[in-house]
Amino acid sequence: MALLEVKGLRVSFATREGEVHAVNGIDFCLEEGETLAIVGESGSGKSQLVMALMGLLAGNGSASGTARFKGQDLMRMSDKELNRVRGKEIAMIFQDPMTSLNPFLTIEQQMSEVVMHHQGLPRQRAREQAVEMLRAVRIPDPEERIRQYPHEYSGGMRQRVMIAMSLLCEPDLLIADEPTTALDVTVQSQITRLIGELREKTRMAIILITHDLAVVAGICDRIIVMYAGQMVESGTVEDIFYRPHHPYTRGLLASVPRLDVDSGNALHAIPGNPPNLLALPGGCCFRDRCTEARAACARPPPMWQDAGGHMGRCVNELPGGQVISGASAGHYATPAEAGS
Amino acid sequence: MSEPVLRVQDLAVYFSSQTGGLLRRQERELKAVDGISFDLHSGETLGIVGESGSGKSTLARAILGLIPPSRGRVMWMGEDLTRLEPEQLRQKRKELQIVFQDPIASLNPRMTAGAIIAEPLWTFYPQMEDLQVEERTRGMMKMVGLLPNQINRYPHEFSGGQCQRIGIARSLVLNPKLLICDEPVSALDVSIQAQIINLLRDLQKKLGLALIFIAHDLSIVRHISDRVMVMYMGHSMEVANKADLYRRPLHPYSRALMKSVPIPDPVQARKVKQESWLTGDMPSPFNPPRGCVFHSRCPYLVKRCQTDVPALRRLGHGDWVACHRAEELDLSIDAPAASAVDASTTGKLGLI
Repeated sequence: MALLEVKGLRVSFATREGEVHAVNGIDFCLEEGETLAIVGESGSGKSQLVMALMGLLAGNGSASGTARFKGQDLMRMSDKELNRVRGKEIAMIFQDPMTSLNPFLTIEQQMSEVVMHHQGLPRQRAREQAVEMLRAVRIPDPEERIRQYPHEYSGGMRQRVMIAMSLLCEPDLLIADEPTTALDVTVQSQITRLIGELREKTRMAIILITHDLAVVAGICDRIIVMYAGQMVESGTVEDIFYRPHHPYTRGLLASVPRLDVDSGNALHAIPGNPPNLLALPGGCCFRDRCTEARAACARPPPMWQDAGGHMGRCVNELPGGQVISGASAGHYATPAEAGS
Repeated sequence: MSEPVLRVQDLAVYFSSQTGGLLRRQERELKAVDGISFDLHSGETLGIVGESGSGKSTLARAILGLIPPSRGRVMWMGEDLTRLEPEQLRQKRKELQIVFQDPIASLNPRMTAGAIIAEPLWTFYPQMEDLQVEERTRGMMKMVGLLPNQINRYPHEFSGGQCQRIGIARSLVLNPKLLICDEPVSALDVSIQAQIINLLRDLQKKLGLALIFIAHDLSIVRHISDRVMVMYMGHSMEVANKADLYRRPLHPYSRALMKSVPIPDPVQARKVKQESWLTGDMPSPFNPPRGCVFHSRCPYLVKRCQTDVPALRRLGHGDWVACHRAEELDLSIDAPAASAVDASTTGKLGLI
């Protein structure tokens, strides 16, 4: 049994301007110990997808579908049940390490709270565990530094603290939402390396959310590429980097500035902007920006899958793949349908 | 070579900060920028790279006179900007403009795109006819890739990339000769970053601008710069031509920055994972290391680095470096220390 099995997940937000369709039918599985990257631009729904899993959607948001975590559906859990899972079995790291830490409490107070709450340990034992964990993420001098406040830490160290805190209860699943986006490249490479090491040392499954494919190249097993709330491609990291199927994936790969390629020519850019989630176009949602768009793209594109599990949603054929769903299954939600 | 349009000489900005209570008050000095010099020619792009806290934004603001420098000169077309009266300096802003990092926060949410772009015209040319202002505004919008019929929309109706286009249009509406871009793409998605960088490249060529492009990532700077300056703790570590820098950096810090750029290739990324020698964080700027400011993180440290401050000096090809060991170290990206980079990469770089 997969650790996490998500089926038909949809998230929408009721706003004054109308219904915003953030996530429009996502299916995926995550095995124990596996690292999955979810890649997409701002507004592709990648963050709202995991917020829905964690029951952390904003007040005007609603989610449907199923998300079985160790057999239990997270989407049907009460807040009380979720509170037992969150922080203990599923931990989450957010983008901005400063705003995710409480500025009024010392690192010790924030870290011990997690252990005391979930494991019922006395303060002294909780503190020892916290120091141990800070050492594991290479905070220098952890006995001293645990007494400090978040503002006394640099951005990279705060993200290390967040990682340490999330690992305290040895979760089965760690969700990291753009863990390195707010950081310098030098610190980014330290944090990605740390996540890569954790992945090798523990049996923990990891979901990494990012807009930058380059960051996750060396540290994930599988990748899901999202666009306008839909999965447009998914496969192993090799599938995505060496045999990308969807024109959007190819565009994303080509727009990464590289040090090992000469810069004589202009950078490849994906023209245009992401679609308006209030009124998604019918058919392929990428066709307005796609250089290969043709008449057939006005209809919902088929989903292809090959023997190795590489999936792509495009009118172009996936080499060695078969159509597993056409216009009928998992098609694009138009505002009219979602409202019915 | 012609005279440079901008000549920065020994520019320094110190901030003072007070700590302690009423009785034990202490004044501490933070050297945000400490003795930076460089020349910039018209039509040339200088990239400035460094981590947060290296002083690159402060340097940009000091050049524009937005922060008074503590020392040094900023010669703009032969005139020292640091000695101008406020009104004279204000008039110079027509020629020197800046694009800020956060595209949304740097636009007034209550003004329309058109008003934001036209505001510099209203300020500097109050007599200009409304019709003429509108025509110019629409022209600017077209030039940066916005639709002129979006003129009455508000910033929240635009995406991050489009907001940055508005910021660029505003900075170019006065026909400046120097444009400083302070991390113009770090808040944007990768796919949109490329659009903005290509736009800036095209505009620079078309308008013959002198451009200073600030970033914390060497891979982005590579696509737009002619020369690159690497900064660390307010000091210039290296100023080199793009081709030289990316083939063979002269300063260990430049190489560390390069090695931090993620490689968008799973097989190679897994190989280089082991190599990391830029550990730890930048030291506190209130208490900078003695000698070379980088010595506390440098893998090539020798005794001399802890005592003597290395001067920025010129090596053979006309590149500048501040490292005692620049001659003896081979920091080429395919040098043995980088053994993890295999032959296919070096092949692509055109190296032997």
